[in-house]
Amino acid sequence: MRATPKRDNYDIVVIGAGPAGLAATVFAAEAGLSALLLDENPGPGGQVWRAISSTPVAEREQLGADYWAGADLVQAVRSSGAEIIHRATVWSLDRNLEVGVSVGGASAFINARRVVLATGALERPFPIPGWTLPGVMTAGAAQTMLKSSGLVPDGRTVIAGQGPLLWLLAAQILRLGGRIDRILDTTERRNHIAALPHAFAFMTSPYFAKGLAMMREVRAKVRVVTGVNELSAEGDGQLATVTYAAGDRRETIPAGLLLLHQGVVPNVNLAMAAGVEHRWDDRQLCWSPVVDDKGNTSVEGIAIAGDGAGIAGMEAAVFRGRIAARAAVQALAPEEAAKLAPMAMLRTNLARAERGRAFLDTLFRPARQFRIPKGDTIVCRCEEVTANDILDAVAIGATGPNQLKAYRRTGMGPCQGRLCGLTVTELMAEARGKSPQEIGYYRLRAPVKPITLSELAAVAKTEADVNAVVRG
Amino acid sequence: MFKRSDQDTRRPLQIFVDGTAVEAREGDTVSAALLASGRDARRATAVSGAPRLPYCMMGVCFDCLVTIDGVGNRQGCLVPVAEGMQIEIQKGKREIGR
Repeated sequence: MRATPKRDNYDIVVIGAGPAGLAATVFAAEAGLSALLLDENPGPGGQVWRAISSTPVAEREQLGADYWAGADLVQAVRSSGAEIIHRATVWSLDRNLEVGVSVGGASAFINARRVVLATGALERPFPIPGWTLPGVMTAGAAQTMLKSSGLVPDGRTVIAGQGPLLWLLAAQILRLGGRIDRILDTTERRNHIAALPHAFAFMTSPYFAKGLAMMREVRAKVRVVTGVNELSAEGDGQLATVTYAAGDRRETIPAGLLLLHQGVVPNVNLAMAAGVEHRWDDRQLCWSPVVDDKGNTSVEGIAIAGDGAGIAGMEAAVFRGRIAARAAVQALAPEEAAKLAPMAMLRTNLARAERGRAFLDTLFRPARQFRIPKGDTIVCRCEEVTANDILDAVAIGATGPNQLKAYRRTGMGPCQGRLCGLTVTELMAEARGKSPQEIGYYRLRAPVKPITLSELAAVAKTEADVNAVVRG
Repeated sequence: MFKRSDQDTRRPLQIFVDGTAVEAREGDTVSAALLASGRDARRATAVSGAPRLPYCMMGVCFDCLVTIDGVGNRQGCLVPVAEGMQIEIQKGKREIGR
């Protein structure tokens, strides 16, 4: 059995070992707080620095400088004195800051005086016809395999969608000798005009030169079709073809692998289950937690740092992590806060890292037809519920995502709405002529990842726990 | 669908997929090893029996569900392979008791 938490209470528990979680843990531990970092993956890095301490990719320039930028923080967290547990699945968090965590098939409850949620982002659903076929994956999935196992596509491969990650992945696949037959760019032409007012800020951001160079590198080797406004995957039990339309042009191309990507959105499940207030973000088209300038949420003691607090990228995540940790130190051990970088400086750094975000959000705003599917396109992958099923339920009285569960079980499968929630909200909002904010989201509850009843039953109980449920 | 990079010098180890020996590398997740093997690793969904392969590879989508060492419904993308690990492609729902 792997290591379970050594204590049953900590000053600070950080959940997620990506840029924000690593940065928060280092700050908290360096200021002398007892810190526990819990992470679901086999090693540190989150998604952006995934497998940074174990990747088989030896030629460093192939993954790029932004990837290796995480090495210092990983080093720092390991020497910080914080307790770090990987392959730990946090499945519960409540208003009393009690954390339920499963490690190696056994669960424990631990108490925190402060919690920093750094659960990051996940890829936005891309519900096109055929997206559940074997052979259709997210771009992030391919990047995960590339980083952690040195695996690259070698059959007929199509990448479709939009956004910075798509170009980075394409460049990485090509550098490692993988195959890409076509890139289908779904960026709407009108977005270019809408993004113009934000262009100056973006041009002065670190992403500008890097992004342009990467797109040039990819375009020199792969045929790119722009203005793609229809997309579907076909095959009998396995992907065989991809069909797209771009303007007057329509084409069906053979493909063994289709990689989809249209941006990332906050991973809200744990925060929502803890009761943190979220609002619909009209610019990023997703739910984001309501946080103050220190990352504090509506639940006393819970802060959110990194992309989980609204998408802003890796550099911003590091500063958000430091800001949240510094605020925790200020609250728990104010005399130690002076050891850390001043808040004003962290804010300045964060503002610089966030520069240009409005441009990216506007340019890469996913098109309506790729967010709100029609007909028999599957919306809920787990329960295999289609767009028409949902519209039928609306027609007979389903008012929102929570009522819809009773009609169709959407969001009640193992992924717990992670891959259908945004689609269901937007689809129902459109069908009912309401805003996404009015329609709302699934009411999420622990356990936010499935655990077995036997694991739950085996958790250590006090006599009071037993007396609370045992009769006579 | 996928091939390994020539740079990959990680130690090979052996896992078993539905009883057949398959080579994986130390540090692969179960899902990565299955996709790299070139075998038909499609599971069947619990609802309609539709074939699926992993979609997100980061613990979100649950399309990588697989039986590992006799325990069903494991997320193959989160579990690293180990020497001698017994993998079964899961067809349909998890069965009671496994």
